[in-house]
Amino acid sequence: MMKKRIVSMVLLSALAATALSGCGSAQGTGGKLYVYNWGEYIDEDVITDFEKETGIDVIYDMFETNEIMYAKLAQDTSAYDVVCPSDYMIQKMIRNNLVQPLNLENIPNSVNIGEQYYKESEAFDPGNLYSVPYCWGTVGILYNKTMVDEVVDSWDILWDEKYSGQILMQDSVRDAFMVSLIRNGYSQNSTNPDEIKVATDDLIAQKPLVQAYVIDQVRDKMIGDEAALGVIYSGEAIYTFRENPNLEYVVPKEGTNVWIDSWVITKGSKNVSNAEKWINYMCRPDIALRNFEYITYSTPNVAAQELIDEETRNSEIAFPDLTKLKTEAYKYLGEEGDKLYNDAWMQVKSAN
Amino acid sequence: MKLFKSGRNAYLMASPYLAWAVIFILVPLAMVVYYGFTDGNGSFTLNNVVRISDPGYFKALWRSIYLAVISTLICFLIAYPLGMILSSMKLSNNAFLVTLFILPMWMNFLLRTLTWMTLLEGKGVINTLLDIVHLPAINIINTPGAIILGMVYNFLPFMILPIYNSLSRIDENIINAARDLGADSVQTFMRITLPLSVPGIISGITMVFIPALTTFAISTMLGGSKILLIGNIIEQQFTLVYDWHLGSGLSIVLMIFILINMIVQAVYDKEGGALG
Repeated sequence: MMKKRIVSMVLLSALAATALSGCGSAQGTGGKLYVYNWGEYIDEDVITDFEKETGIDVIYDMFETNEIMYAKLAQDTSAYDVVCPSDYMIQKMIRNNLVQPLNLENIPNSVNIGEQYYKESEAFDPGNLYSVPYCWGTVGILYNKTMVDEVVDSWDILWDEKYSGQILMQDSVRDAFMVSLIRNGYSQNSTNPDEIKVATDDLIAQKPLVQAYVIDQVRDKMIGDEAALGVIYSGEAIYTFRENPNLEYVVPKEGTNVWIDSWVITKGSKNVSNAEKWINYMCRPDIALRNFEYITYSTPNVAAQELIDEETRNSEIAFPDLTKLKTEAYKYLGEEGDKLYNDAWMQVKSAN
Repeated sequence: MKLFKSGRNAYLMASPYLAWAVIFILVPLAMVVYYGFTDGNGSFTLNNVVRISDPGYFKALWRSIYLAVISTLICFLIAYPLGMILSSMKLSNNAFLVTLFILPMWMNFLLRTLTWMTLLEGKGVINTLLDIVHLPAINIINTPGAIILGMVYNFLPFMILPIYNSLSRIDENIINAARDLGADSVQTFMRITLPLSVPGIISGITMVFIPALTTFAISTMLGGSKILLIGNIIEQQFTLVYDWHLGSGLSIVLMIFILINMIVQAVYDKEGGALG
């Protein structure tokens, strides 16, 4: 028995050795580029075209939440060259020295990004030194008109017992608390322990009504008529309409979060010039358009926006007029704030 | 042949395994122990281990043990009769059947669990089929029941194989002797077959109970992230909270349960060896 085990272990390690040596040789002539992006957040053909045009070998990995991304990069920032985190996380990465300033001269296409998005980015990246916006949007409620026959205009509906087992919540700490804090009239960036306590208790009270805490699966479950209501990013919502015409997206009247995901180059990047080429490529209007058409997340690329058909361009979901909505962006709340939220989130998740 | 018998060469042959064990077992284990017993400043503390008494964490641990015990029990109840059937069959047939049970394991474990999610969903494959034949729908997705199902499905082969092995190793003559001496089938089973298969049962229980106790993937996918097991709590410490110290501390607590299980196995293994 033991002998057999040793033999199989030897075989396994031999396998691992060959696998490792296989990674050694570079395919392209332009060196390598390690990209870390959200899941399903790019038209995969764009990656292939980038490789063809530049000869750079792209190693593309995906993450599901900002927090997972951070935990990986904080260990070793050289693991990836170019990453696409959200606003508050970029602020945290700047604060903790995980990213490096960009040389925009090497990213000439960055002028295609609209002035207003740079202005909004100032909130987390003063002077726009570290980041170039990639996508932006709001968070709202996606609902199925055949299952919900009342007007949906408030986060309160996610606490309505009528829809027990029909509600999908985001399995992401800031998004979940944003809903609960705003519903109580607090700021989504609150660091007041009393307010967070109220929000926590509400989320715990809501838990029996929740079908599941999911992230990317909200989209598929809503398309498949699995749930009546789900908290979702606006970009996903546009995609779901194509697949299931019974779905509708609303931004609740109490307000919501507006977010920007931007490209940053890591502090330890070993392929800075390739990373610049990547960001530059993403900012090219035709590429931004292809990505928009594929992932349906709003692009901040005004040159690309002009290429989009008029109906989509005027859509209040794809390109909402933020002056008409009550929105706020997440801020990095410091280590103390992080701890407050994480502890509260663990309380919610382990309650029942 | 003589070459391999000498001690030095045997050592040489085992060296990749030893290197493997040191790099991938001992070093990580030492890191877990280090992180588990230190705080952010690197000074010694027991806080991380004691935190298991937090109501939420303790409940998750208890829930994990509870679900793992039930899953192990169900696996045993399915695997034992199956092991008996398999071992009583002719060799050519049972090799094929055993392969059938191992075959799904060639596919990635996460994919298979994800498939169960799609099968069990409210409007999933199973409920659609039930609907066609006008049977009531089953709604176990995102409940502890679904997690148990996932555990039993994924870990059943680990129970079947050792039980089948120990049953098929029982000498036919011993059973025939029992029959000869007037024992009926129940007596033969209780006094010959069952005791002789105990080593297989014990290693089967270990191989199901430990992965069931520590899983976080099955509970995330089939429990809708609503039912947290201790594995989920530990995973969240590493991925969300980014507190390696607390994550390691809780892992050490979990390791104690695994150690107890392995000590039980070692004791039985010794007895089994003495019997055999």
